[in-house]
Amino acid sequence: MRKIKEFIIEKLILVCGLASVFFVVLIFIFLLKEGLALFKIVSPLDFLFGKSWYPISEPAQLGILPLILGSLLVTFGAAVISVPIGVGCAIYIAEVAPNKIKELLKVGIELLAAIPSVVIGFIGMVTLVPLVKNVFHLPTGLTALSGSIMLAFMAMPTIVSIAEDALYAVPKSYREGSFALGATHWQTIWRVILPAASSGILAAVMLGIGRVIGETMAVMMITGNAAVIPQSILQPVRTLTATIAAEMGEAVVGSEHYFALFAIGVVLFVISFIINVSADLFLHRNK
Amino acid sequence: MNKFNIENLNIWLGSTQALKDVSLQIATNEILSVIGPANSGKTTFLRTLNRLNELELSFKMQGLVELEGNDIRKIDPEILRKKIGMVFAMPLPLPLTVFENVAYGARMHGQRNKKKLFEIVERSLKQAYIWEEMKDRLNESAFKLSGGQQQRLCIARTLAVEPEVILFDEPCSGLDPISTAKVEDTMVELKKSYTIILVTNNVKQAARVGDRTAFFLSGELVELDSTQKIFTAPVDKRTDGYIRGKFG
Repeated sequence: MRKIKEFIIEKLILVCGLASVFFVVLIFIFLLKEGLALFKIVSPLDFLFGKSWYPISEPAQLGILPLILGSLLVTFGAAVISVPIGVGCAIYIAEVAPNKIKELLKVGIELLAAIPSVVIGFIGMVTLVPLVKNVFHLPTGLTALSGSIMLAFMAMPTIVSIAEDALYAVPKSYREGSFALGATHWQTIWRVILPAASSGILAAVMLGIGRVIGETMAVMMITGNAAVIPQSILQPVRTLTATIAAEMGEAVVGSEHYFALFAIGVVLFVISFIINVSADLFLHRNK
Repeated sequence: MNKFNIENLNIWLGSTQALKDVSLQIATNEILSVIGPANSGKTTFLRTLNRLNELELSFKMQGLVELEGNDIRKIDPEILRKKIGMVFAMPLPLPLTVFENVAYGARMHGQRNKKKLFEIVERSLKQAYIWEEMKDRLNESAFKLSGGQQQRLCIARTLAVEPEVILFDEPCSGLDPISTAKVEDTMVELKKSYTIILVTNNVKQAARVGDRTAFFLSGELVELDSTQKIFTAPVDKRTDGYIRGKFG
């Protein structure tokens, strides 16, 4: 009887374990099947590097370069803002902060991670968007910059918590060795601890970027959604994710437009896959 | 002339009292061996001298520690630690090349000149008797060295900042007998120009190297005398028991 119980439980756990992989494969196959159907109509090069996205004009123009550039611009902006602040915050928490402040900051960061993205988008819309508009005297505040700033908030918790773990993982002995030679706290952080934690910090940055590039709701609400190739960060842009979210409801099932949206999904999947794999490589480089 | 003057030193780490009312003087250019069983407070004593204990949040100190007549608590910790180098129990190279490990201290104290740095590295490696082994491996990662080489590299690294005192915290506990002999030779050689305080678990090492020997037990300084006296005619029964290997 006990053996049967063991057997059943073991197999159940096995199924749970395989489920995640199974679903990923299923999703990817489905994405590929629907997405690749597009390339019977449009060549992959025209799709990836086409400069205009007019999916419902006649004939439809399905070039996603503006969307890719939009995503990259918003992500790049968010990284520029969130990486220094996030890594700085992690250094403060791991190395400098007294215990009480450390706890407070960690709770704060967890809460930041818990804010739903639609709320971030909404808050950005009513506070940041008018601010950007007024500060830069723009016709509209719905710009890549606004998106970058709000997404930076969303990337921060990921960056801080993983970078902090990486800093904690640096052996205490490095710290003492450096202090014992008369190095100051900052010299120790800069010359010894940061380099020793660098692979973990890089992984933190990659995962933060991965979070940003896949984010949909907030960017859709505050980047203006204009599918044009951006000339500056102060222009409205549209990202890959926002395009799918905004247009999937209207696309006719089985149309070029529908397949194109799936192909965008494939592109996104590939991008996040690359980011996650490289983060993994960084994390395990030293092991 | 005394290098250190320590009076009524009490140290708490958390709720445990690690050192109890320790008073002693350490002379310039002597090797003072500190022996005692585990948890006797000898490492805590050592780490008090270069204020490394203060990195622990729960650390509390009472009493007086003077370096050449100056209260160490009034000396900037970075300056104090430049004067008082430390070699740890485990060889702890930094995650840098051999050259950068030795140059690290000098760099941190503002030396930028490449030629000067090279001179410092060469001199320090020679002083630690490891130059011949290292001169072709300066750009390798320090982690590739053997344990004994790493430990002598750490000694060289400590020498590079030109300290006046070197604290050795069980420097041979992770080393084989041959490396141990090399490190001990280095210590005796260094005595000519440095004051050395050697904490060791190895009673025989204390007998071989030390001019004077201090015996710590449960945070108390039980006995301090010339090494010869401690090992031939100790006054306290506990000292006698320990060096004869009856406990600890």
